[in-house]
Amino acid sequence: MDFSFKQEELDLRQEIEEFVKDALPPDWNETVVYWPGSYGTMPQTETEFQEITKRFNHMLGKKGWLSLGWPKEHGGQGSAMKAAVAGDILSYYRVPAGSIGAGIVGPTLILVGNEELKKEFLPPIRAGEIGFWLAYSEPNAGSDLVSLKTTGVDDGDDFIVNGQKIWSTGAHVSEYGWAIVKTDMDAPAHKSATLMIIPNDTPGVTINPIINICGNHSFNEVFFDDVRVPKKYVVGEVNKGFYYVMLALQFERMMIGAGSFRRVLEELVQYARETVRNGRPLAEDSRVRKSLAAIAVELEVFLSLYWKSAWMQDRGEVPELEASALKLTFTELSVKMANAAVDLLGPYGLLDKGSKWAPFGGRIGMGYLDSISGPIGAGTSEIQKTILATRGLGLPRGR
Amino acid sequence: MNYELTEEQKILQSSAADFLKKECPKELVRKLAETDEKYSPELWRKMAELGWMGLHLPEEYGGTDWSFLNMALLLEEMGYNICPGPFISTTLLGCVPVLQAGTEDQKQEILPKVANGELILTMALTESDGGYEPAALKVKAVREDDGWVIEGVKLFVPDASVADYILCVARTSDASDPASGLTLFLVKRDHPGVTVTPLKSISNENQCEVAFEKVRLPAGAVIGQVDRAWPIVKAALDRAAVARSAETVGAMRAALDLSLAYSKERVQFGQPIGGFQAMQHYMADMWVDILGTRNLVLQAAWKLSTGEPAEKEVSMAKIRAGQMGRKATTTGHRIFAGIGFTMEHDLHLYHRRTVAADIAFGDSDFHHEKVAKSLGL
Repeated sequence: MDFSFKQEELDLRQEIEEFVKDALPPDWNETVVYWPGSYGTMPQTETEFQEITKRFNHMLGKKGWLSLGWPKEHGGQGSAMKAAVAGDILSYYRVPAGSIGAGIVGPTLILVGNEELKKEFLPPIRAGEIGFWLAYSEPNAGSDLVSLKTTGVDDGDDFIVNGQKIWSTGAHVSEYGWAIVKTDMDAPAHKSATLMIIPNDTPGVTINPIINICGNHSFNEVFFDDVRVPKKYVVGEVNKGFYYVMLALQFERMMIGAGSFRRVLEELVQYARETVRNGRPLAEDSRVRKSLAAIAVELEVFLSLYWKSAWMQDRGEVPELEASALKLTFTELSVKMANAAVDLLGPYGLLDKGSKWAPFGGRIGMGYLDSISGPIGAGTSEIQKTILATRGLGLPRGR
Repeated sequence: MNYELTEEQKILQSSAADFLKKECPKELVRKLAETDEKYSPELWRKMAELGWMGLHLPEEYGGTDWSFLNMALLLEEMGYNICPGPFISTTLLGCVPVLQAGTEDQKQEILPKVANGELILTMALTESDGGYEPAALKVKAVREDDGWVIEGVKLFVPDASVADYILCVARTSDASDPASGLTLFLVKRDHPGVTVTPLKSISNENQCEVAFEKVRLPAGAVIGQVDRAWPIVKAALDRAAVARSAETVGAMRAALDLSLAYSKERVQFGQPIGGFQAMQHYMADMWVDILGTRNLVLQAAWKLSTGEPAEKEVSMAKIRAGQMGRKATTTGHRIFAGIGFTMEHDLHLYHRRTVAADIAFGDSDFHHEKVAKSLGL
């Protein structure tokens, strides 16, 4: 066993750190909220940050830092560990970059896409030129995804797609949907759907905003009305979509932004040192010390699972159960951290972005609300536990 | 990063698991719990024959010179089987200071005999305060003629009633920093003036009061330098804290295995209770908790093995194992319900150990404070 990083991983960390410190606007940290492990305050999905997001995606793409985990023959470095290191340091600086395309779509296409799809999509994804949104959830198909209702009817060279998707993060700021669509109405549910790429500019695609409880436009509901999707945009084989979605979910559970957790803890420690209450610094209050130390332990647990999952991927293992444990751990940590932060800051912790007196640009108040989303998105905590119990521990499926 | 165990480590784990399953059955654990000694000389001898006592000792003293990480892996298996006895007391609390600071004569006198199973050691550290901070240590040793006289009472001394030697930490000078002015003395348990009284604890572990009444020792009884014992005591405590945590990981695994087997068989409302999500989520949590706790414990053991400062890692591992060990065994009780609350059932044997492990070598508050310091608070 060896719990230390390789020199090339340390070098990469340093190189990225130096680059982003120089490239980010000086007031970036006060401008952006980016609560760790949640879905409502990512700058990448906010309209006001699109210009800088595109700029950073291009820059990082040029450096090859969006595709570090991809195999070498597809322009990556074949190292999930390096991708994890990059994800950690980029999110520490709350860099508005990294994408569903590079993190989820690219790796899945490499495994199951045909040559034409790879040729068309991998280079622009890698370069940070195009963005994707995940078209999985529907109003009546959340945790129970196989009961989805959006249909794709075979029509020669195309599928004609009708239906509705929801909770579509970033659909309004990206170019392509990565959509699961029911294509066999007679087959058993899990063999009935096809994964396909749907360009947003196809006639019949309508994207409407959903404003989340932080007040941000991160989600959308998307309607498909007789949308004609060419069959060349089918990913893998027809009717095997759920299998590919499961695969893609495993990549998704590694897109975490580990460094953003470290950063918040550092900010809270700094706040406790600098803030005097009842005549002494908060840092001298034993309750504060224990609360922040407890968060540090939880953080270390999460990071240990994060690095180990990357290590497993590099060995060619599929960390399915570990990915569920990881997702469960970091989203619950997001909630614990938000609660500890609000407790620490007291009334200041509830001040919103843009308010006078708001510490950290309102990150804590908005982050508290945002942390609610982590244990819900991409498979709820309860779903993760059920996966672990039935698939991992062999417990019977209950009635 | 590399999380893979070497072949040697895998063999150590599997052979330890096989050995303990055969030689340390629950009947023996229960029988020993009824005694004051809480240990079996026969099992101890067999463990020594396997080389466990000298696992981390240099070859010149009859050891195998393996890393502390390997020891943690062994301890996890010992925890899985609730292996009773003075293993941590002897190999860590006793051997680490001797190894790090003893004279060659002291090493020759002690270590080879530990390695072959002839000697049992322990450390008398904590006092009426119950804490592990230097400020809690008041028992004094004063110079007399060419030697020393120790006077005072030590509490919660593990395995003292079966130890051949007790390493006693005593205050030899008053300094403004409580961590200085402490000296470590090697005392025979049957030395005149030493009285050992077993304490009855719910932990099923051997814990004693050790009273020192005008215990006269020669100058040669000092281990390391006079007034400078704290760093070597700390080195032993750090390892013991991680060792208890490794045992707890084993206990958590056992609690999960027991719970899984039962919940697949026990039928209520017409189905195995393992089919109910309330039960499933309990066990999923246990599995996730084991995964994370084990990572932290092995990381701390690895860091200690490298010789680099590991204070933060040790405290984090101790906190996590302490809390999650109690949580896992408590959860086990929820799953087993009534039958788990009986003396006949095995679960309480684990629960007694996990709660004792949480308190031993610095409780949760103690180690949270260490972590707070490491954060810059």
